[in-house]
Amino acid sequence: MSDTLNHAPADPSSASPPPSTVWKEKQSWLDVLPTPVAMAMLVAIFVAIWQAIHLSGLVSPIILPSPARTGAELITVGANLLSGGFVFKAFLVTAQEVVFGFAMAIVIGVTLGIVVGETHFGERAVMPLIVAIDTMPKIAFAPVFVAWLGFGIASKVALAAFVAIFPIVVGVAAGLHAADENSRMMFRSIGASRWQTLRRLKIPAGLPQFFTGLKIAAIGVVAGAITGEFLGGGRGFGDLIRTAASQLDTARVFALIFYLSLLGLATYWCVVLAERRMVFWRRTNAVAGGGR
Amino acid sequence: MTLSAQATAPAGHSPRPVYQLHGVNKSYAQRNVVALSNVNLTLHQGSFSSVIGSSGCGKSTLLKIMAGLQSPSEGSVMLDGKPVLGPREDIGMMFQQATLLPWLTTLENILLPIEIRSGRHSARAALDKAHTLLELVGLKGFEAVYPGELSGGMAQRAAICRMLIGEPKVILLDEPFSALDEINRDFMNMELQRICLQANATAFLVTHSIAEAVILSDVVHVMSPRPGRFVEAFEIDLLRPRTLDMMTTPEFGAYVHRIRDLLGKGALS
Repeated sequence: MSDTLNHAPADPSSASPPPSTVWKEKQSWLDVLPTPVAMAMLVAIFVAIWQAIHLSGLVSPIILPSPARTGAELITVGANLLSGGFVFKAFLVTAQEVVFGFAMAIVIGVTLGIVVGETHFGERAVMPLIVAIDTMPKIAFAPVFVAWLGFGIASKVALAAFVAIFPIVVGVAAGLHAADENSRMMFRSIGASRWQTLRRLKIPAGLPQFFTGLKIAAIGVVAGAITGEFLGGGRGFGDLIRTAASQLDTARVFALIFYLSLLGLATYWCVVLAERRMVFWRRTNAVAGGGR
Repeated sequence: MTLSAQATAPAGHSPRPVYQLHGVNKSYAQRNVVALSNVNLTLHQGSFSSVIGSSGCGKSTLLKIMAGLQSPSEGSVMLDGKPVLGPREDIGMMFQQATLLPWLTTLENILLPIEIRSGRHSARAALDKAHTLLELVGLKGFEAVYPGELSGGMAQRAAICRMLIGEPKVILLDEPFSALDEINRDFMNMELQRICLQANATAFLVTHSIAEAVILSDVVHVMSPRPGRFVEAFEIDLLRPRTLDMMTTPEFGAYVHRIRDLLGKGALS
């Protein structure tokens, strides 16, 4: 600001208005805290409460191990994971189930989504059935998959895919309706075929919705794989957790769940990275159709 | 100075008719609505015509029929001696929104009609033309920019390029600048005139701004709703190129006054 503007003095020492007349925006110190600090603070409070409960002696350490004990277990399990021990082998099995299940869900989900989103028949006949199946508790199908596909990896892949398909179908179907009426009319006016309209307009315009569905699916696919392992055995992470729990080694259960969540996080982040690459144009705040 | 709906060609233009509509009717049976009733229209090579009317008078329906996006219930639509039976390469169209695809660069957006119709190879062959058009509308240097970074006016300029890339015989404009603020709209209208004169384009504009219709057009057709029909055509006898200053002249005011008068009567009946 130029200091020739005497109605807006840059220097507060010179002729500032009396404090009683100043109207200043109030902001809580919680809101100005940097995000990492705020998060660390919450974790610290959580651990402190946990420690307090442990010290009070009201809860048995079998039910709730101390933070220190859990931390030590975290290091043991982590070391085993990194050194290629049995935890690492189990991790590989579960990761494989997640990758195959996710890939399968994407292929089937996208195909069904295009049928539902692009054809009148799909919207009328296929979508209601998909909604009907989606409302069922899909985990309940786990014994069926085990009966069909056995105790190996296949039944877990199937359950993981089964859980993840539905959000993808919904995301694709909704995405195909995302292109606005004006853009569709523009495509018709330049003589685009249905296939061209789908490939060049509707699919790119629908990518944001598709990725929203994919993010929900990425979370579901890990849950599906673990549930499959709980109910169908095998050599994955789910089996390790079940074994530790049956031995009342709660600290180990917590440690395993922590590393399992890293698998979920990694899957989720793969989707986010793919989205950033493919939906790069969204960051420029544009809408399909532009300049609205 | 008022003419019948089938206006004769304005002086100074080639009288060759490019676009001809005869007895075009459009009714929607289910809703029992007559959108267009016996519309006759002739556009001459290099002329600028516009149609003005209140919302819902059927002018958008008319434009869609002319663009081949909708079929008339009855009547003949001829462009360059051939009937319009669907979207055609020799029709260029522009909408209220720029409708640029945000995932394509400005250049790719402009080449899109060529690519859709004739494939990537032809699109590459049209690169030079695209660059020339970008220069014509003053977007040189924005080839690789994505539409999200263009202002509303710039996006509409790019839409003009996309419309002209196929060298259409007629350009159809559906309130192309109505989403812009008034300052930009006036400016873009003058740009549109310049581009049309330079390309010797035959243009047809749908608008609900009387001033916009008068300043741009050789002929202004006034439409009346329910059923949508042409009630009168005004030949605008102002010099070309038109300037924004002309909007303050008494002649301009007289045209605006007479058209508004007519529209006012239409609204009462």
